[in-house]
Amino acid sequence: MENNSEKIIVNNLDLYYGKKAALDNINLSILSNKVTALIGPSGCGKSTFLRCLNRMNDLIPGVLIKGTVLINGRDIYESSVDVVSLRKKVGMIFQKSNPFPKSIFENVAYAPRVNGINNKKELFEIVEKSLRKAALWEEVKDNLDKSGLSISGGQQQRLCIARSLAVEPDILLMDEPASALDPISTSKIEDLIFELKANYTIVIVTHNMQQAARVSDKTAFFYMGELIEVGDTKMMFTQPTNKRTEDYVSGRFG
Amino acid sequence: MNKSMGRIVISASALSVIAIVTVIAYLLFDIFWNGKNTLSWAFLTTAPTDGMMQGGIFPVIIGTVSLVLIMSIAGVPVGVITALYLSEYARRTSVFTKMVRFAVNTLAGVPSIVFGLFGLGFFIQFIGMNLDRALMPAGELHWGQPSLLWASLTMALLTLPVVIVAVEEALRAVPEDLRAASLALGATKWQTILKVVLPNATSGILTGTILAVGRGAGEVAPILFTGAAYFLPHLPESLSDQFMNLGYHVYILATQSPDVEATKGLQYATVLILLLVTFGLNLIAVMLRYKLRKASRQ
Repeated sequence: MENNSEKIIVNNLDLYYGKKAALDNINLSILSNKVTALIGPSGCGKSTFLRCLNRMNDLIPGVLIKGTVLINGRDIYESSVDVVSLRKKVGMIFQKSNPFPKSIFENVAYAPRVNGINNKKELFEIVEKSLRKAALWEEVKDNLDKSGLSISGGQQQRLCIARSLAVEPDILLMDEPASALDPISTSKIEDLIFELKANYTIVIVTHNMQQAARVSDKTAFFYMGELIEVGDTKMMFTQPTNKRTEDYVSGRFG
Repeated sequence: MNKSMGRIVISASALSVIAIVTVIAYLLFDIFWNGKNTLSWAFLTTAPTDGMMQGGIFPVIIGTVSLVLIMSIAGVPVGVITALYLSEYARRTSVFTKMVRFAVNTLAGVPSIVFGLFGLGFFIQFIGMNLDRALMPAGELHWGQPSLLWASLTMALLTLPVVIVAVEEALRAVPEDLRAASLALGATKWQTILKVVLPNATSGILTGTILAVGRGAGEVAPILFTGAAYFLPHLPESLSDQFMNLGYHVYILATQSPDVEATKGLQYATVLILLLVTFGLNLIAVMLRYKLRKASRQ
């Protein structure tokens, strides 16, 4: 994978919930193997935008999407695109950790099983590899049969990350992945994000300015459904060009 | 004024509660007291004898069990599929969904004797007679008469709304998060339903089944014309046989026997068994539902 290549290119993206516009003419390029943070006040459209990238908004009735989203050069909203295989390439981590009420092993093995892998040995290899990548293996390796719901909230969120990695995506979308976690669990997730970007392109929605500053390379500021400004995270937090960005990152509103 | 009104309301509700509890307690006690002397192992395991004046209710129990079993096999899958459609696929606001829902609610309100008449008209006289015309030598009746199969299908129709409502409730209790997680992992909608939604609704499906079985075990009207037998010396051997049934047996003993007084013990004991079966099944359903609620809250 070439560095600094554009992994996702969004052109003129509009999104309507019924008649209400939730995203207005978004243009944004997301670079390979970088972490891009989406920030902005509640209701600004950053989560909605994130869900456009793996077409999770398709599930909501009455949503209309215009514009193009190119991933690896192909528009994912083209009618010939298979949403199921798209979601295998673009993994998603949700705000509230949502392991299945199954064992830790079966949680990670879920997607490989769905893809038809049933060989125990092969599954075990995938589960171990994914849990190692999610920095959870050492903590759970003796308890793979325990319920995914029995471990701590931070571990559950890393289990969800491992579960996504088992599909071998290129891109990971994270929707406020640490907002329900304590500071120690949060810092573990942040360390993990830092390690994962070597192999994945990561887009993270966060409410936490410090978190955006710590983990991301690029930051995009959303406000009222518009993309106000995007740039290198350092620049965005020290010398934003737009007044509203400056007000928001310095905590004057939001 | 307000205070005395309050007292009257409290006294009135207390009286109502006492009245209801007394009636139920008296009923249960009366049934148990009058039935206990007849109740025995032999009563449960032998057939009626001496013009149903003596003997037990073995074929009656077996007939009832066969009825609810075939009813569940026929009705529960249809109920689960309907509930799946309503919960997972239907758009809540569409006209078709509203029609399905209206049909389910109406079905639940139809008097059970009407189901019996419908079963006679549709299953026996329409489907059964036509089967006979196609399959049997001229003039011979095989399917075109009351039988275990037609009675079970009629009962399945009656209990369908019970299954649909219970299963739909269970499906809706499966957290949206889990569906989203599965879809985001690249599972198809059907894989998500099969591997995530249904397994998490198992206890709800069981609850629905048991409630339906409890209802089916107690109803008599739907099977009056469609398959229940006055007296059968043998057990039903095929789907086209008639069968005996607990509720119907009580009716026969109480109204049709040569000496109603002499069969009182038998009547009471049969009612006791019927109550035990339906209460037992309802109790299991309540416990499963409790478990389901607890699990979905976690």
